[in-house]
Amino acid sequence: MSEKLKKVSIICSKGTIDSVYAALILANGARMEGIEVDMFFTFFGLDAITKKKMDKLHVATVGNPALSMPGGIPFPTIIGMLPGIEAIVSAMMKKEMEKLDIPPVSEFLEMITASGGKIFACKLAVEMFKLKKEDLYDDLDGILTVGEFYERAAGSQIIFI
Amino acid sequence: MPEKKFGNFTVEVDENGYLVNMDDWSEELAKEIAKEVGIELTDKHFKVIKFIREKIKNGEALSIRKIGKSGIVSIKEFYQLFPDGPLKKASLIAGVPKPAGCV
Repeated sequence: MSEKLKKVSIICSKGTIDSVYAALILANGARMEGIEVDMFFTFFGLDAITKKKMDKLHVATVGNPALSMPGGIPFPTIIGMLPGIEAIVSAMMKKEMEKLDIPPVSEFLEMITASGGKIFACKLAVEMFKLKKEDLYDDLDGILTVGEFYERAAGSQIIFI
Repeated sequence: MPEKKFGNFTVEVDENGYLVNMDDWSEELAKEIAKEVGIELTDKHFKVIKFIREKIKNGEALSIRKIGKSGIVSIKEFYQLFPDGPLKKASLIAGVPKPAGCV
């Protein structure tokens, strides 16, 4: 067997449910395997660590050709455009995830912190969205520049989502 | 299925080293398995292990989240008790199958 992964650095750059959960599940899963984890949230990915937004993320119902209705019926984009549809579809998706014991974003972040994973915000994106430290996840491990992110990521595998 | 020796015990294990029969398990055997993965079992460890065995006996899938909500340990403590892959190590010592979930 090849050598075990020691550390992963996961960049989450998008704020949709699917992207954020991909990042969180990979991070938590790495900790479960004893792999060190840094998470770096940038651009719209910052929504996942912004207190007011983290548990209200949506899935895109427009511009998402992979989206289908229960039973696999294609989801027409024109319906996805209607007011409230994105919220309804997102709520349905969250309900399905809860059934699989997948926690809400806020709880998932706490789980990752409790497991020893580190959560960072991107400095440039924080400045761009005019966010303050108090707007962000309470147990944030820091706000990093790209350079600092790379320093921490030395020797790890970098995953961009 | 291969057999494996833990101290004075010889038990049937699967390809990942997990016990094939949950009923082969005993506290003494658990101590021997734990030794092999570098853990010395305390009462707290046993409380977690017994919780895991009970859940598996009831046919429930395990997750880190469920352990955290067990009221026995926090997630942080769970990682401290069974470092480097807590759910896998705890399952191994508890004599239950390798956990199959992703969360």
